[in-house]
Amino acid sequence: MTMPADATGADAGPLIPRNRAVHPVACDIDYKTSVARSPALPLLSMESTPSEETGPVFGHDTLGALDNNLILNWTKGAAPAVGERILMHGRVLDELGRPVPHTLVEIWQANAGGRYRHVKDTYFAPLDPNFGGCGRTITDAQGHYQFLTIRPGAYPWPNRANDWRPMHIHVSVFGHSFGQRLITQMYFEGDPLIPLCPIANTIKDRASLDRLVAPLDMAHARPLDFLAYKFDIVLRGRRQTMFENRPEGM
Amino acid sequence: MVQKLDVLAESASQTGGPYVHIGLIPSFAGLEGMYPEDLGKRAIEEGAQGQVITITGSVFDGTGWALRDALIESWQPDAQGRFPGQPGADPKVNGFCRFAADGQSGEYTLRTVKPGRVPLRGGGLQAPHVSLWIVARGINVGLQTRLYFEDEDNSADPLLARIEQRQRVQTLIAKRFGDGQYRFDIRLQGEGETVFLDI
Ligand SMILES: [Fe+3]
Repeated sequence: MTMPADATGADAGPLIPRNRAVHPVACDIDYKTSVARSPALPLLSMESTPSEETGPVFGHDTLGALDNNLILNWTKGAAPAVGERILMHGRVLDELGRPVPHTLVEIWQANAGGRYRHVKDTYFAPLDPNFGGCGRTITDAQGHYQFLTIRPGAYPWPNRANDWRPMHIHVSVFGHSFGQRLITQMYFEGDPLIPLCPIANTIKDRASLDRLVAPLDMAHARPLDFLAYKFDIVLRGRRQTMFENRPEGM
Repeated sequence: MVQKLDVLAESASQTGGPYVHIGLIPSFAGLEGMYPEDLGKRAIEEGAQGQVITITGSVFDGTGWALRDALIESWQPDAQGRFPGQPGADPKVNGFCRFAADGQSGEYTLRTVKPGRVPLRGGGLQAPHVSLWIVARGINVGLQTRLYFEDEDNSADPLLARIEQRQRVQTLIAKRFGDGQYRFDIRLQGEGETVFLDI
C-alpha cells in the first residue's frame, strides 16, 4: 500500500519514537494527583501506523478574527483585559527542524490575578469581566504563530501545604499526525517559582524544562504597547522512507 | 569528538491541569460564546455511511474512582477504513472528536460510526479501532490507547498480537450491550489497567 504524503507533500514515513527521557515521569509523589492517575505497567511500544500518522486538519475558516487576541476576544473587542500586555510568539517545528505549517495551536491561562474563568477555580483573586482565558490560531507556512494576551498571575493550588504555580500559559498543539498530539506549558524567564513547582519538576531533565521557559524578547516588543516572549514548540518528526521497500523479513 | 546531530528534542509534555476544558472545550467550562462552536464537537455528521454507534464509559484512577475531569480525543477512519482527507473518504465523517467525562457521573459518551479496517505499511490489515488520547489533571503525558470492538474479528490485529499477557487484550475491547451500544472503561492503574501505547 502506498502511504499518503503528509501535508507538506513529503513522502513521510513512521513517526520517530518518542524520547521519553525529555518528558515528565508519569508518577511523581510531589505532584499528588499523579500518583493514582499514572499507569504502573509499561507502555506498549510499536512502530506507528496510519492511525497515528494521520490526523485532523483544521482550516482558517475555523477561526474568528480575534481568536488569537486574548486581550479582546472575550468581549469581542468591546473592552480590553487587565494585565501586563504581552505578545507570545514562536514557531512550531518538528524534531528534524522543519516548520510545521498550518497546524492548530490552542492556549488557555489564568487572568492577571491568577484566577481561571472556571466553576472549579475558587481562588479569591477576582475574575476580570473582560478576560475569558483561551485562544487559538493556525501556524503560517513557516510554522509561525502569535498570540496577544496578558501575563497570567501565579496562583496557589492544593497539593503540598503551600504550593504555587509559576506564571504559565497552557499550550495544545496538533501537528499533522494524531501521534504528534502534545499539551505543554510555557513558563516565563526569571520566574522564581519555576524551580519550586512540583508540576514543572515532573520533568527530570533540566535542559528539557529549560526549553519550556520563554525568554523575554525585546526585539519583538512594541514600544508603549506590549512586551514579547518567544516560545518555540517542537513536535515529533517522521522518518524518511527511502530504503524501506525491503520484503518482509529481509 | 563526533559530528553533531542536527536534530531537536521534542518539547516536554505537561499536564493539561484541572482547567483543560477552558482551552479545548470552552463551552463545557462555562465559556459559552467564546467560539461559535467547540472544536471536535461531533465525530460524524448526519448521513455518514456505516453503522452509527454510541460508546459510553468512564476513566478510573488507581483507587477505582471515576475521574470527573478527564478529557478525551478520538481519531478514526470512516466505515471503509479511509481517514478524512484521504481519497474517497466519507465527507460526513470528521474522524476527530473531543469529549469530556461528565462532571457529576464521570461518564463519557462518543457517538460515531464503526470504523473500517486500515492497511499497514508492510501489508496486513488492522482490526477496526478508534484511537484515543486521554488528558487530565495528574496525567503528565497524554495517554494513548485504542478501542477495539468485541463483535469484530480481532485475531489478526498486529497491535493486539503484541500484548504478551493475553488477558490484558480485553482492556482494549469495547463490550457490546445493545444494538450499536458499546461500553469502554479506561483504567489508569491497578487491577485491569488499560494497555497504554508508546506509538
Ligand atoms: Fe494552569
